[in-house]
Amino acid sequence: MDKKIFDMGPIDIAWCPGCGDYGILNAVKQTMAELEIPPERFVIVSGIGQAAKLPHYMKSNFFNGLHGRAIPPATAIKITNPDLVVIAESGDGDIYGEGGNHFLHAMRRNPDITVIVHDNMVYGLTKGQASPTSREGFKTPVQVEGVILKPFNPIAVAIANGASFVARASITDIPGTVKILKAAIQHKGFSLVDLFQPCVTFNKLNTYQWFKDNTYYLEDSYDPHNKVEAFKRALEEDKLPLGIFYVEERKTFEENNMAYEEDKTPLYKRNVDLKKLSNLIDSMRKD
Amino acid sequence: MKDDLSVVLCGEAGQGIQTVERFLTRVLKFDGFNVYATKEYMSRVRGGFNSTEIRVSSKNVKAFVNRIDILVTLKKGAVNHLKDRVDDHTVILGEASNVDDGYKFIEVPFTKIATEIGDRIFSNTVAVGTLSAIIGVDFKTLEKYLEEFFSRKGKDVVDKNIQAAKRGFEIGEGLVKEGKIKVEIKKDPNVKDDLLIDGASAIGLGAIAGGCNFISSYPMTPSTGILTFLAEHAKEFGIVAEQAEDEISAVNMAIGAWYAGSRAMVTTAGGGFALMVEGMSLAGMIESPLVVNLGQRPAPATGLPTRTEQGDLLFALYSGHGEFPKILLAPGTLEDAFYLTQKAFYFADKFQVPVIILSDQYLVDSYYNISNLEVPKVQPQKFIVETTKDYKRYQLVENGISPRGIPGGEGLVDVDSDEHDESGHITEDLDIRVKMVEKRLKKFDAIRAEIIPPEFIGPKDYQTLVVGWGSTYPMIREAVENVGDKKMAFLYFKQVYPIHPDAKKYLQSAKKRIIIENNATSQFGQLLKLETGIDFDKKILKYNGMPFSVEELISRLKEGR
Repeated sequence: MDKKIFDMGPIDIAWCPGCGDYGILNAVKQTMAELEIPPERFVIVSGIGQAAKLPHYMKSNFFNGLHGRAIPPATAIKITNPDLVVIAESGDGDIYGEGGNHFLHAMRRNPDITVIVHDNMVYGLTKGQASPTSREGFKTPVQVEGVILKPFNPIAVAIANGASFVARASITDIPGTVKILKAAIQHKGFSLVDLFQPCVTFNKLNTYQWFKDNTYYLEDSYDPHNKVEAFKRALEEDKLPLGIFYVEERKTFEENNMAYEEDKTPLYKRNVDLKKLSNLIDSMRKD
Repeated sequence: MKDDLSVVLCGEAGQGIQTVERFLTRVLKFDGFNVYATKEYMSRVRGGFNSTEIRVSSKNVKAFVNRIDILVTLKKGAVNHLKDRVDDHTVILGEASNVDDGYKFIEVPFTKIATEIGDRIFSNTVAVGTLSAIIGVDFKTLEKYLEEFFSRKGKDVVDKNIQAAKRGFEIGEGLVKEGKIKVEIKKDPNVKDDLLIDGASAIGLGAIAGGCNFISSYPMTPSTGILTFLAEHAKEFGIVAEQAEDEISAVNMAIGAWYAGSRAMVTTAGGGFALMVEGMSLAGMIESPLVVNLGQRPAPATGLPTRTEQGDLLFALYSGHGEFPKILLAPGTLEDAFYLTQKAFYFADKFQVPVIILSDQYLVDSYYNISNLEVPKVQPQKFIVETTKDYKRYQLVENGISPRGIPGGEGLVDVDSDEHDESGHITEDLDIRVKMVEKRLKKFDAIRAEIIPPEFIGPKDYQTLVVGWGSTYPMIREAVENVGDKKMAFLYFKQVYPIHPDAKKYLQSAKKRIIIENNATSQFGQLLKLETGIDFDKKILKYNGMPFSVEELISRLKEGR
């Protein structure tokens, strides 16, 4: 499939020139093209922020909801219509900050969705405040003497908390990112891709060069099925590993759900069994 | 005594009041008695004082009364807990150790008998036996019920329970024979096959009838019963019943579910709804259907978690930042709870707006026998269209209601919480903004054409009009019918927003207007004044966490007459 199928034509894009978001847009299009998934077959659910504008810039079904809330609708969309490919994507502030509780509990639920987090370690749309992943000491107009909070480690949290696919990519390498995104979408269950991207306007510390200098790929011999090893690698901070940290096969939210135990018809196609309802009401007369 | 009896059981949480209540109400119904029950309880798992009122009558009854004809006390302090409702006519039954000083009582050794049979646990069944005999239940009905209820636990348990019931029954018969208690309640054989369900079940059944196949919620009293009801029937009816991590997630899930084609609801109380408010606004902006059961309880903040109030009407009305249409419904009976919940799904889907069902602790926890809940003959109407290549989610159409498609068809379904153009894409074009605001508000016209009219009860040539909404209905109705004023009528609103245009006509025709609400500021009265310009002459308000009783309404309606 040619990725041009996703092109919107001449549109006004709200991202700064040189923003890492362009690379991510490109990588997502490339991924869907390589997986042969046309726009009608998938839904991108996003929150709010510069990252969350991505679905406006490519042909897709999309649900651009509220700040921090990409994951709950994505979970519900997938269980309503399991035939759809569902991607939740937003920024680090959105998914890890405002939406932190959903992030924590969705991975326990294990819906078959892919969560792509644009991680640029800063708030862009609100003009340069610290994000949950900002490094210690990072100075901003609010954190005037530098960030004193420990950076959030999404990879370690996800591995510890039951995510069934945990990966990190950096948009400084688009082909490498596409490879990881493809595996994430193909994985059956909750997939996290923490995706490094530079913010050229508000983060002068974590630049393209910084991400290149401070990341490396997990070696080919690395086995992503060993949880303890995965956790160890997730804690590395001197240089941040990229690649697939952890994969686990387990039943998805949809597969586990009582609503699908006796009937595989997707929710959106279902009718009410009125006869059963009459019977239920009649049985209650004897109760 | 009379043909309308109020029996109250009082003890501590975990002591078995609910068991007695369950047994007795079922046995009464199976024996042909009209029965009503409501409970008041504390926010704790053990201890304290909880009480249940069971009203048995020759007529169908569905309202809370203050008086206590028979009080069964299971714990010392219970009588004092209810002292405002106990008077000289109240017959107190119980063991001496459970009766507070200074009250006359009839000693019934529930525990002693139970222990003789083998375990204190049977004391509940002894009590059921005694009360059954007093009311006039055929022992065979009680025996049959206990047999069926305990059948799974084996013959020994069945036998001992029947023995306990028998011993209790004999005591009851003795009391009647000695003339200590006199009750003459007529049975109605039709009642045997009636439904005896609470408000939570009625809402749950209404949701199923309305096509609900998705509920996401976070537990919170008094709204949890709807979640548990639908979870209990999830497998049978193919419903996704998900306990979300918080209310914010719950509402955002429900909206996502509608987007993809589910029929979704959330159930919550005021505090949880506060967290869901962003979702109300999202539903307003992306024009998503949404059904919310808002079980009201006394607030602000945590308030009185297990008590009742109608304090969230205006909060619900104004919930969600920005301007967009919404619909508020307020059931006052079990039938209306069933019917309005179905209607909520219809309204939500048809007009692509959030619909809130304003229930409360009193409504969800109370129950009485009703003859039927009419299951619709046809599938709930769905308003989803097939999309084509050129589909635009927010196509500007005459009535403002753009055809709603779901993803998976030929077209792309794009929705955005930002202001958007017809295709759903983000825009800062101020002309489009104006068009979209007007389009969303235009839906009010279509909504107004289908407002559920208020129910008018009373003489056409009324002089005094009493207005109420939601769960106060049974008490107001019984009070108005018994106040002894032939020129008094009652207007019951089950849709509280938008308000039916007839409201003004009804209010104008009255010489005196009285509003009755379970809140401190007469929120519906304020809303009616805003909408009709007409104020009330008298406001009867209650906000101590308890429902109105029929007697207090009668006396407050008489005041100043």
